[in-house]
Parts: sequence; structure tokens; C-alpha cells
Amino acid sequence: MTQSVVVQVGQCGNQVGCRFWDLALREHAAVNKVTAPLPGFGFFFFFSRSAGDGPDIYKGKICSLKARALLIDMEEGVVNEILQGPLRDVFDSKQLITDVSGSGNNWAVGHKIYGCQYRENIVEKLRKTAEHCDCLQCFFIIHSMGGGTGSGLGTLILNLLEDEFPEVYRFVTAVYPSGEDDVITSPYNSVLAMKELNEHADCVLPIENESLFDIVNKIHQMVNSGKLGSTVKQNSLVTSSAGITKAIQEKPFDAMNNIVANLLLNLTSSARFEGSLNMDLNEISMNLVPFPRLHYLVSSLTPLYTLADVNVPSRRLDQMFSDAFSRDHQLIQADPKHSLYLACALLVRGNVQISDLRRNIERLKPSLHFVSWNQEGWKTGLCSVPPVGHSHSLLALANNTCVKPTFMELRDRFMRLYKKKAHLHHYLQVDGMEQSCFSEAVSSLSDLIEEYNELDATKGGPRTDPSRLKIAV
Amino acid sequence: MSIVTVQLGQCGNQIGREVFNAICSDVHGTHGLCSKKENESYHDACKERFFIEAESGVPVARAVLVDMEPKVISQTLSIAAKSGYWKYDDHSHFCQKQGSGNNWANGYTVHGPRHKEVIMNLVQKEAEKCDRLGGFFTIMSMAGGTGSGLGAFVTQCLRDAFPSSFILNHVIWPYGTGEVIVQNYNSVLTLSHLYQSSDALLVHENDVIHKICAQLMHMKQISFKDVNQVIAHQLGSVFQPTYTAEDGLHYSRNPLGDLMETLVPHPEFKMLGLRNIPQMPENSLAYSTFSWPGLIKHLRQMLIANAKMEEGIDWQVQPPRPGSSIPSSHSTNKLLHFNTSIANLVILRGKDTHSADLGSFRDPSLYTSWLNPQDAFGAWKTPRAFNKYEKSASLVSNSQFLLKPLDNVVRKAWNMFASKAYVHQYTKYGIEEEDFLDSFTALEQVISSYTIL
Repeated sequence: MTQSVVVQVGQCGNQVGCRFWDLALREHAAVNKVTAPLPGFGFFFFFSRSAGDGPDIYKGKICSLKARALLIDMEEGVVNEILQGPLRDVFDSKQLITDVSGSGNNWAVGHKIYGCQYRENIVEKLRKTAEHCDCLQCFFIIHSMGGGTGSGLGTLILNLLEDEFPEVYRFVTAVYPSGEDDVITSPYNSVLAMKELNEHADCVLPIENESLFDIVNKIHQMVNSGKLGSTVKQNSLVTSSAGITKAIQEKPFDAMNNIVANLLLNLTSSARFEGSLNMDLNEISMNLVPFPRLHYLVSSLTPLYTLADVNVPSRRLDQMFSDAFSRDHQLIQADPKHSLYLACALLVRGNVQISDLRRNIERLKPSLHFVSWNQEGWKTGLCSVPPVGHSHSLLALANNTCVKPTFMELRDRFMRLYKKKAHLHHYLQVDGMEQSCFSEAVSSLSDLIEEYNELDATKGGPRTDPSRLKIAV
Repeated sequence: MSIVTVQLGQCGNQIGREVFNAICSDVHGTHGLCSKKENESYHDACKERFFIEAESGVPVARAVLVDMEPKVISQTLSIAAKSGYWKYDDHSHFCQKQGSGNNWANGYTVHGPRHKEVIMNLVQKEAEKCDRLGGFFTIMSMAGGTGSGLGAFVTQCLRDAFPSSFILNHVIWPYGTGEVIVQNYNSVLTLSHLYQSSDALLVHENDVIHKICAQLMHMKQISFKDVNQVIAHQLGSVFQPTYTAEDGLHYSRNPLGDLMETLVPHPEFKMLGLRNIPQMPENSLAYSTFSWPGLIKHLRQMLIANAKMEEGIDWQVQPPRPGSSIPSSHSTNKLLHFNTSIANLVILRGKDTHSADLGSFRDPSLYTSWLNPQDAFGAWKTPRAFNKYEKSASLVSNSQFLLKPLDNVVRKAWNMFASKAYVHQYTKYGIEEEDFLDSFTALEQVISSYTIL
């Protein structure tokens, strides 16, 4: 069993992280009905040494169980709320780093000022968390791109992780700002952060709030439409907060954040639970990243809810696969079906067999465009344990050129501000920031876009197969 | 003589347990259809070959389980123990935590050397438990990282440590439409390396077995367990005891040696395919009868026409007329239609095997010209029925069976290599572009050799 550490940075990172830990506890409690040792638990949790007479989970108290997490924010509000909430026992005070004034939505403040100030503290806490792991495999970093702390300090931490733990994978879940984002400087923050993601992350799962919002609305409509004969199982909603802590008050972003939390749970399910075709995190990185910089993966989760009637005809199973490729199930505003696939991974959970998987791949393949050198570029995984409330589920991860428009828009918004030098002084007055930081960042983004362009243009390679080696007979 | 099985990676371990299951349930089954004495010799021969008698009375499989992550091995050990009929040795396994990430280079250059000593110690222990070591049987897939990469390394170590033992690698060919995106790279690297250290490669293709499950066994929802059980049945039909000599006085003591002697006359040709008929759902067995002439006729046509199973055989394909010269312009036609063999082995189990006439397999036109048909064909028989089939016929063939699949894998890998996609994942662990080229060259050589048969 390997372990992973979640590093949640900034307001967004911590809010998503909070939902994640809640749902993770629920999932493990549902799966493991026998007493300790509990397999799979060790991936995200550990029992702290101050444990009295062992774990007390079944009496409803989670006193000695701790999350492998670091909670970092440069203002106290969000983290304090978590610590006063029902999850307070899961986190140790040694796992927190907070400050008071925040980063003012300024990447430079997060990255350079707080980065410098807290660097040693962060490294020390990371080392402590790593010590509790006998085989640390992956860091999950959660932050938004548009703000100051998540984006600035978050990407500094990414750098740190690469220096201190070069062998450990770095998966970043990054929430990108939408067009109507109310933070004016979000394009600056995002592009500056992108350069770091390009260079130091192993895999990035971009998320856009707009997409999460659309999915939440879709579910509301479904639940409230009251179609005759179909009632939705409440705890199966991918947006459901019905975690281990039932009394929780739903806050505005909770439904959306639950989707991201579920994404992380599904991503790691095969590493935590058994299955007939395991798909570990290192396999995801190996199979989905054909070239080092092209490591942005578009994700989609299905089904979004389960209907209360238990019998699932195979048609509904097939529908799950079709949905995974539809535009409205993607977690960013993109349409992978009409762009070029470099690689695609399908991680299925629950009572689904290899024949169902094969049938659906065969069915969907003709409508998808794969790059010429990866015509059968599918990575598949089967995990026997379904998520709570479902009999089966599917996570699709695509390395697809459909991320290009998102990046291009980001660059456009950046340029609109940058041309006028708007708000630039807030950044340049920070020690260590120069104009070159900006030009380098946008150039890095442009190079990335160019790589995607090239692939789109040539559809990834020559039309005819390259000629084979000739052997003298 | 005993065979030590080495199960490598998730696939290797999942199949391995089904194989021992199949062998055990065959031995304990009541459908032997032969005399008690015969049954007992069969039982004894099988036990010696695959199991050790433990004090508890439960036979212990002669196997070493290796994986780079723990979940599959622990599952395998517990499922075996639950059966009550057999189990694995509690100490005969080795696993790590992280897995190989589907990376051949990681399995071969990192895990291999790092864990060589521990793994080879386990193998040595198993080998020492055998009165007479008959050789090694390794089970692995080509598509992943551990079975393929670590598997190739371990095979090399076996060859170095046991230079005069037989090594048979059972290799699983992945589904054509990806299970793993870099499976073609992993396959090319595995095959080229195995070719150097192994005596023969016995191949099962997932696509083929899947079709058998769907069309012959009529399974609606096919799981990997189903696929693995069919594979286990086919392997059992080859490795359960048989008489190899014409007079049939005692069960063969050296199955791997006999197999190699018959099937691998030349080190350039090591790719073995396996066909087994009949194959049907268990509940249909009671209602079916078969005749040896019928089975043999089907099996022969499957060989000639390169059919993967007993449905959909192309009966139009016929061997070229003897004596006629084949100009090179016809050789591609030959490639497409007629499957030329180097050597074949037919194994018959069940009622009235003595009456079965295998003369049609000795037809010289089936074989390439540089071998005498007497030397190119072997037959093993036993009156003891296998796994509830009243009559069962298997064919292990060193022929052009695997030419097309091999060519496909190399083509796709080369395509991907031309764009350099994923290569950085391998160079990270010390497998450079040159190593890739060496592997490609080696396999093109094999393809060329099989093509011009």
C-alpha cells in the first residue's frame, strides 16, 4: 500500500479539500465493515501516535485517525472554520500553516513574499508528513489559479516538492477562473501559475467553475423535475455532502466542490481497493503523458446520480460510457469529442466486467479522433469497489487538444490587461518580481499552445505509416 | 520431474492461481473415464510435477509469486487457501508497494536488479524442493510493467543461474484495442529480451480467448476471471501428465524437455501457439459427443487456416500441392492464407485415444521444407479424460500462427516510436532510443524468419 499526501492551498484549495476529506471518510467507512486493519485506509489516513487504546471509529468518534494533509492559507478564516467544524479531529495542528492578511489576489505576494517567509516551515511540515509514510507515492495539490495564495504559494510549494521529493508524483488539481471571474487580476495570477505547472507538475487536472456550476444545475433539475417513477438516491449525487458528518450546513460552493472531491476519490480508487485490472497513479502518468509538457488531463465523472430503482440494464451502463464523452460532463468548458485525443484513460468502478468495457470502447471509438501514432490509445482500469450510493461509476481522463481554447482564452485575457500595464505595479513592487517574469510566463503558455496547435494541424503525424526497418535475409 | 512456476505481475498471478485450480479440480474430478490404477498414476504424476505434499495433507503448489504491489498477491494467496484442495507456500512470494507503473524500463532496470537476490533466493528454494527439476514455467503479460519488464529480467536471471534447465515463458498478448497505451512498447521490449534467454514462448491472446468466451462458452458478461479460466484449461490440457512414447508404459517424466525437443528445433523459432478443442459451456458437456476423426479433422484445419477457434474455420484453405515450387511472388498469398508449420505437437486425452489416427498431421506439405515431417510432429496421449471433457484435443504449434499478431504489435510500436511519444518515460529509467532500436531489429528478424517459411 502506498500513501498520498494532500496539500490544500488557499481558500479554494481548502474548501475543496474539506469536502474531499469528508467524502473520503464516508467512503472508507462504507467499505470497511470489519475491524482493523483496514486496507486502503492507509492511502490517505494514518493513526497518530498519541492514539490511546486504538481507533474508535465505530463508536462514532474519529479521535486518533488523521488525514495525510497539509492545510495552508495566508488568511485564517477558512482553515479556522474547518478546525471548528466536525472534521476538526482529523487534522493535527502540526499540519496547518496560516497567516492573517492573505495575499490580496496577488500571485507575487503568495509566491515570493510568503513563499520566502514560510519556505522552511513548509518543508519541515512536509518532511514530518512524509515520515508517517513508508512508501509515499504522490502529492495531490489543490488550489485555484486566479487568486494569490493558492496560485502563488501553491505553485511555490510545487517547486519545493520537486526539490525535496523528486521521486514522488505531483498531481495538481487546479481550478481555473471563468470569464466572468470577479477577481480582476486573475488572468495575471493564472498565467504566472501556468508556467510553474508547465515546468514542475507531473499531471494537472484543470477544473473550471462554470462546468461545475452547469453540472450542479443539471442535477437540481433532475432531482426537482420529479419524473414519475424515478427518485434519485440522495447520497449518490456527485454533489452530495452527505458525508460522515451529516449535520453539515451546505455552503454555496459545497455542491461544486463535492464534484472535485469525488474526482480525486475515483482517481485513487484502484490504488486503494482491489480490482481485476489495477490502475495505479504512476500508471496514469505513464500512459497519459506522451510528451513531458503535455500533461493536462480533461476529466469527466459519470454517473452524476443514481436512480433509486436498483436494476441497472446494460443500456444504462452503456449510457454511462457515452455520457463520459459528452460535453456537459467534462469538468472544463471543452468538447473532447470534436478535438484530437492523444490518450484516454477509463477507470471503472463497481460491477463492470472487461466485456462491458470492450464493448463500449468499440462502440465509441469510431466517433473519436485519435492521433495517428496512438490509434488505440486507451488505458483501462477495473476496480471492484463502487463509490457510495452507486453500483458502478466511470472516470474518464483525456489528454486532448480541447484544452487549447481554455488556454488561449486565458492568454487573451492576460494580454488585454498586460498591454495596458493594468495593475502591473502591484506585482512589480514585490521584491524579486520583474517584467521578465510576465513575459516568460506568457511565452511558456504560448509554447504550450503551439505544441497543441502542431498536433492539431498534422493530426499528430504523417498520413502513411513510417517505413519499417529492413532486414537482410 | 517437477516444474517450478513463477507468477509475475497482476496478470501472471491471476492466471497462475486459475491454472493450479484447474489442475487440482481435474485431478480430484470423478470423470477420469479410466481405470482406478490409471487414475492413480495420473494423480501421482501430476502431484509430483506441480505440488509438494505438506504435513497438513493439503498440497502446496511449486510456485513463486512476484509482484511490485501487494494487493494481487494477497488476494491470490487467500483465494487458493480457501479452496481447501491446495495452497501456496506462505513464504514463497515477494512484493513491493509501488508497482511498476506500466513502465517496462522501471521493471527491468530498477526493480529487477534491486530485488534480484530476494527473488532468486525464493526460486532456488523451490528448485531445491524438487527431487528432479524439470524446468521453469513463467506466467506474465507483455502489456504492463512488472510482468513484462521485471519478467524479462527474471527470465535472464533464471537462464544465468540454471543454464541447463528448460525455461518456458507463458506470455499474454493484450487486447488489440488497448488495455495499456504503451503496451506495444512494452511488448516489443519484452519479446526481444525473452527471445535471448527463453527456450520457448507460449502465447495466449486476450482477444482470442475473449471470443471463445463469447461465442463458444456463450458468456454474456465476460470477466477476467472467465478469460483466465479458459486459459488455465488450455494450459492444463498441455501440462497434465501424458504418455509420450508409443508404448505408453509410464507417464512422461520430462514434459518441458519433451515439448522443446519436439517443437523448437531451431533457436530462431520460438513462438508457440496453442489451440484446444472442444470448448463449450459446462452444462452442455453432458449432451455432446465427439469422435476422434472429427476432432482431428477440425484441429488440422484450424492449423492450416490459422483459425483461432473451432467456429468459423475457413475450409477453403489447403496446403500447397507437394512438389510444386512456390515462386516468391506467391509468398504473400501464402502468408495470407496457408499457415506453414515448423513443428507441431498434438495432445489427446480421453476415451479411445489409441484409435485416433494422426496421419493427416504428418503430411509433409504442412511443414517447411528443411525438416523431416517425422521430426516435425509429436503426439502425446492419455486415456485419462481431462477436466470433464470426454475427449479433448490440443495443438501446440510452432508455425506462422503468431506472425500477424507480432507484425501488428511491431508496426504499432514503430508508429509510436517514430513520433517519439512516451519515450521520455523510458529514458528516465535508462532505456535509451538505441535499446528500442535493438529490440525492433531483433523482432523484425523474427518476423522475417517466420515469413519466409
